[in-house]
Amino acid sequence: MELVNVEKLLKKYLDAETSIAEENELKTYFSGDDVAPHLEEYRAMFGYFSASKNEIFTKTIQLKSRKLNWKWLSVAASAVLLVSVYTGYQKNQQAKAEKIYQETHFAFAMLSANLNKGTAAINELQEFETTTNRIFNKAK
Amino acid sequence: MDQSEFLKKVMPFKDKVFRLAKRLLISTEEAEDATQELYFKLWKNKSKLSEYNSIEAFAMTMTKNYCFDRLKSKQANNLSLVHSNYKEGGTSLQKRVELNDSVSLVHKLIENLPEQQKIIIQLRDIEQYEFDEIAEMLNMQPAAIRVSLSRARKTIKEQLIKQHNYGIS
Repeated sequence: MELVNVEKLLKKYLDAETSIAEENELKTYFSGDDVAPHLEEYRAMFGYFSASKNEIFTKTIQLKSRKLNWKWLSVAASAVLLVSVYTGYQKNQQAKAEKIYQETHFAFAMLSANLNKGTAAINELQEFETTTNRIFNKAK
Repeated sequence: MDQSEFLKKVMPFKDKVFRLAKRLLISTEEAEDATQELYFKLWKNKSKLSEYNSIEAFAMTMTKNYCFDRLKSKQANNLSLVHSNYKEGGTSLQKRVELNDSVSLVHKLIENLPEQQKIIIQLRDIEQYEFDEIAEMLNMQPAAIRVSLSRARKTIKEQLIKQHNYGIS
């Protein structure tokens, strides 16, 4: 490119009036070897712009982020909570049932003890009656 | 939008998102995290993406806003932006930059520009978007973009000449 043209383009460039195509012309010119000495500072500028465009993102992008784990974690936590509440409730029910069983057992035991006492008394009565019968039969 | 459409339409400009994020956040790691985060957001909102006439412009706007938020929250946390990886090795760009002091000087000069000019330089001189596209991304008038861009270019040029005359330190 003619030096005059380059200078004209540079002026336009500094006023931000150049098109992309014109800016590419400048980039090409300044990447070449025959840059006019008084325009040397532009070489660094355009060189930097061209080089910067080559920098790329080298990592792999994860679309299903690790943040998703928090969601699953909360699901898991609520499941654990639910299970523990349920088993706790079950345990509680069982304890209650056991208590009722114990009480009933105790009540029956008391009943049967008293009943036995009654039977013993009746046995005594029976004894009394046989003795009476024996006496009356002898008297006959 | 399903996964294959997303990969076809949204993935291709991931480097542009990354570079803009890096321009604003400066550190490579921050920019990588930002890119990942932004793509995750895009993926989550994939059903709404077809409503935008340019997904790319929308993504760039999102990137800009996200990076501004990051910078703001950093300032709020009173954390200064210290970048130990200022001269990071590894990337081919950086290697080339180190070969040429004046090129890395340009990097520093852009870093010192106001945020708005930084973004415009990035979008125009590096990514080569048209003014209309930049206007859509930044929600600005094209004329205002030209003014800002002209100011940024002139600043870089003047600083370069100044450094050149002093001799590159």
